[in-house]
Amino acid sequence: MLLLTVNGIERTLSSDETTLARIVQHLNLEGKRIAVELNGEIVPKSRYSVTHLRNGDKLEVVAAIGGG
Amino acid sequence: MNAPARHSALADPLVIAGRAYGSRLLVGTGKYRDFAQTREAISASGAEIVTVAIRRTNIGQEADAPSLLDALPIAEYTYLPNSAGCYTAADAVRTLRLARELLDGHPLAKLEVLGNANTLYPNVRETLSAAEVLIADGFEVLVYTSDDPIIARELEDIGCVAIMPLASLIGSGMGILNPWNLRLIIEQANVPVLVDAGVGTASDAAIAMELGCAGVLMNTAIAQAQDPVRMARAMKLAVEAGREAFLAGRMPKKLYSASPSSPVSGLIS
Repeated sequence: MLLLTVNGIERTLSSDETTLARIVQHLNLEGKRIAVELNGEIVPKSRYSVTHLRNGDKLEVVAAIGGG
Repeated sequence: MNAPARHSALADPLVIAGRAYGSRLLVGTGKYRDFAQTREAISASGAEIVTVAIRRTNIGQEADAPSLLDALPIAEYTYLPNSAGCYTAADAVRTLRLARELLDGHPLAKLEVLGNANTLYPNVRETLSAAEVLIADGFEVLVYTSDDPIIARELEDIGCVAIMPLASLIGSGMGILNPWNLRLIIEQANVPVLVDAGVGTASDAAIAMELGCAGVLMNTAIAQAQDPVRMARAMKLAVEAGREAFLAGRMPKKLYSASPSSPVSGLIS
């Protein structure tokens, strides 16, 4: 099991999902225009598949929404 | 990404950071009833640059849930991400760096750092500090600020590509409260000065343009009008009319003396 905090909420994911690419898929965000911070550092899209997550990691996942 | 600049075809382009835009109206994308209305109103406004906010995405929503990007395709508009809601330089820098990653490295950003939750008045100390960090990091910063000409000068000196003073408080619709300060800022500036915040109706936009603003950025005035699509059209026309009037050069005001428009000779006697 992998315990992560995603956008401030703790989530438990099955342990085969350790790359960020798999996590993004699992969160239904694959192909969406998002940006991700892992423990406060931006992870470029090109590195999702080689970024492995560990217990306790904190993710922020943001998108563009309506605003002025 | 972003719509290609159309330098050659434009008679009087708005040039920001070396890119030319045909419309001098920039619009926000918030506060609309739904994405269909967002799309229709923004299309009617003729705007090419649209501001967006950066927020935590909804985890667990349907993969095919509609999004702003469907309503306003990124190939058709220049997205201008903002740091709305940030109260410190650090938060604004963090938000705009995420925006840049989100938009594939696109360097344009609207910096705003707020100082008070009731007035949404900018914190200029934090704004200056964030602008320095962002510019050093390669961003092209359009900066929301107070209508203080000294601060406007400083923001330009550190490398902001456009200065965006408020005309009145964000979302207030109070109009152009201090045209004198806007003129002072415009007259000294070597980068575009855009009124950002406070426009309530079409005449406000026209006044901003007649003062010599390079453009106007608005959101609430369109989105919260009774008929947003119609108001978007009104704003497009007002910005164009104000720009034309500015370029035409208005007649001097004659205080306390009339001047007849019709010939004074040849009257029947």
